Amino acid sequence: MLCKRVQVYDKQCQMGEIVVNPNVQEEKKNSGRLHGRLAKMAESEHAALLLALLVLVVVMSFLSPYFFTQHNIMNVLRQVSLQAIVAIGITMIILSGEIDLSIGSSQGLVGVIALMVLNATDSLFMAFLAAIALGVFIGLINGLLVTKGKINSLIGTLGMMTIIRGAAMVITSAKAVQTPLKSFKVIGTGYWGPFPIPVIITVVLALLFYFILHHTTFGRYIYAVGGNGEAAKLSGLPVGRIKLTSYVLCGALTALSAYILASRMNSGQPNAGVGFEMEVIGAVILGGISLTGGVGSLIGALIGILILGVLSNGLILLNVSSFWQDIARGAVIILAVYLDTYRRGKQQQKLVQATK
Amino acid sequence: MMSDGGFADMEQHNGMSVTPLLELRDVHKKFPGVHALKGVSFNLKPGEVHALIGENGAGKSTLIKIIAGVYDFEGTYLVEGQPAQISSPSDAIAKGVAVIYQEFNIAQDLSIAENIFFGALPHDKFGRVRWKELYRKTSEYLEQVGLHEDPRKKMRFLTVAKQQMVEIAKALSRNAKVVIMDEPTSALCGSEIENLFALVRKMKSRGVGIIYVSHKLEEITELADRVTVFRDGAYIGTDPIAVLDEKAMISKMVGRELTNMFPKRSAHRGKLALEVKNLSTHKVFNVSFAVHEGEIVGFAGLMGAGRTEMTHAVLGVDHRMHGDVSIYGVPLPPNSPVKARKMGVGLVPEDRKKDGIFADLSVSDNMSIVSLDEVSKFGVIHGKDESGKIDSLIRKLTIRTPSARQKISKLSGGNQQKVILARWLLKKNLKVLIIDEPTRGIDVGAKAEIYSILNELAQQGLAIVVVSSEMPEVMGVCDRIYIMAGGTITNELQKDEFSEETILSSCIDIHN
Repeated sequence: MLCKRVQVYDKQCQMGEIVVNPNVQEEKKNSGRLHGRLAKMAESEHAALLLALLVLVVVMSFLSPYFFTQHNIMNVLRQVSLQAIVAIGITMIILSGEIDLSIGSSQGLVGVIALMVLNATDSLFMAFLAAIALGVFIGLINGLLVTKGKINSLIGTLGMMTIIRGAAMVITSAKAVQTPLKSFKVIGTGYWGPFPIPVIITVVLALLFYFILHHTTFGRYIYAVGGNGEAAKLSGLPVGRIKLTSYVLCGALTALSAYILASRMNSGQPNAGVGFEMEVIGAVILGGISLTGGVGSLIGALIGILILGVLSNGLILLNVSSFWQDIARGAVIILAVYLDTYRRGKQQQKLVQATK
Repeated sequence: MMSDGGFADMEQHNGMSVTPLLELRDVHKKFPGVHALKGVSFNLKPGEVHALIGENGAGKSTLIKIIAGVYDFEGTYLVEGQPAQISSPSDAIAKGVAVIYQEFNIAQDLSIAENIFFGALPHDKFGRVRWKELYRKTSEYLEQVGLHEDPRKKMRFLTVAKQQMVEIAKALSRNAKVVIMDEPTSALCGSEIENLFALVRKMKSRGVGIIYVSHKLEEITELADRVTVFRDGAYIGTDPIAVLDEKAMISKMVGRELTNMFPKRSAHRGKLALEVKNLSTHKVFNVSFAVHEGEIVGFAGLMGAGRTEMTHAVLGVDHRMHGDVSIYGVPLPPNSPVKARKMGVGLVPEDRKKDGIFADLSVSDNMSIVSLDEVSKFGVIHGKDESGKIDSLIRKLTIRTPSARQKISKLSGGNQQKVILARWLLKKNLKVLIIDEPTRGIDVGAKAEIYSILNELAQQGLAIVVVSSEMPEVMGVCDRIYIMAGGTITNELQKDEFSEETILSSCIDIHN
């Protein structure tokens, strides 16, 4: 894990003016424009998360002079964009009341397949297409297992997780797939103006899926299906289709993230993304997505990703060993969820008491 | 008249001096923003059934939870004349208080015996359970409540009525002196209720005090010795049942005379709206019936007669094995609740909390959820269209909510029910509305409002199916009643044939 990141730093280069956390600012502006009243609610709901992020940024800036440089900020954003893209997908799945543990393994297999197709065809387009198609296919299988097979999603996608990892190892004999093609690196490591390309992609996707979650029937059904599946079924909502669609979208987003990761590493690593699922799921839960479904917002989930991203980056800058980083990340997730449960408990108490 | 324990003894009509089993004096309970109980006093004598009545939100549940040790409070709590420190449910249990909640605290996959002795299994000094002793003791208690079941049987294989009897056996096993029953008959019908009453009387004769919470006034008239009325958290009064009739109880509860619960119906049957022919699933058999435009058709029957399953069969929630359903002559494809919704068939389910509301969503989101596709193009919702209609429905159905953005879970049961009704009324092409237990757990005022809404809807030409276990309700609201037993329709009654006796006897006939 540590090695991957260090390799990435070496490839950074300096550019343009200083921008602080464009992600967060974008989201706030955007939500305000799209939905005034909702944004107000969301802001109060996310105030604690944003504050935590701010405190973390300030503390890290004091501890490491290198932290608050444009170079490093862009680096953090580039780093978290991989997780953020998948977080959008997993947020939909968790909101719909299910889970997907296969996202980490998918990153490995998709990267490998993309590189193999690239080497076979010399076409970036074909490689990209193959990656997304594989992601959609994996999402479809996951979704069918859960909706048609009626298999508990934790078990079903756990099985898929090991199957996919195994497949990646079998196909490559556990060796990385390299490419001589220089242009492959652009999507993962290039810039558009001052912004890393993956960050641009993430912001566009975040806006798109914010719109989908709040302003389409699909988005509203997700909350209903995850909030109360039985009521959704009895009201004639297309429960199965909603879940299946979420899985397919998550599969596609995971594939996109895997493609960018492969581009950054300039290779397909069969063991890429080990433990990635827990990082992303932990972060979105930190961001207020309830594991029981139906509760949480995409904005919160992305702030959760940012918090863990800043934390990891800061700890690396402070030369904390990667083992201690794991411990810190785990502790932060547990603490955040505890605080959230505590807050909800208080709210619930008030609610129960108020309605008697 | 009962704020002082010393005087409480003197008010016994038979002149005997009896210490109340349990007494609360000047109890206050404040929640943030709500003064839930305002100086309530209450006592319970050995061998009496003391009914608590009041509209939803009047403070009954709060008082029960205080007695059961769930809530802390300000005031005095006496057990058999002695001040008691009750600060947790286990304190209350130790003092002999047992609560049988509306939703039972049951471990469905454990045996009857394990449920009765939950947390108190007989064991030897190594912690090994003495199974023989457990089953023998369980059999004794089951005998006492008149339940003839194997103590080894898992709870999930029992009917709701039998599970409730197990709960009572559990109370007996703990030597409960005070048994609190919260809406005990809401899931029972006919003979099951009679059975329960017999059991209550038996406990009573042994000196157990019973606190009986119910919305069903005819039960209270039959069973209770004294009645305490609450309204808006205030103590209204305690009277012996002899001086109260149902009308007096209602006027005390609502603070006004409730003249007419059921609106006058002038049914004019229109076209055939819903036709069900020989419908069978694995739970209902060969069900055939018809509902016309402007008609309210009732389904009566015992618990487990298959009425809710009938609604699921019509919608396609359960797998259809035989038969046809058609809406205005257009066949409804099997196994597709989505198609049923799109063709204009709506269900207001029996269990509001579990199957009806989306607790985390707002009132407006709860209302719009089934008609979103009517206000969207290519899946994108144009929000302006829906909000105006939602606001006008909130006004029309007098849904009491501070705003349409309020979370539905913060509303009272009656208002939640109206929101779920409104959910279907928002739908432009609604043709058939199926309502399962329209007023379960809803207070008297809201009940009357729901009846008049149903009546108005029928007048506008909607075809309505009402499933109900409440006899006055089916008879008061419906134009025609189908009786179900054992998963099939056993009888059909026209309005002039309605009587409690006929309906009840049809319910029971096949059952026995």
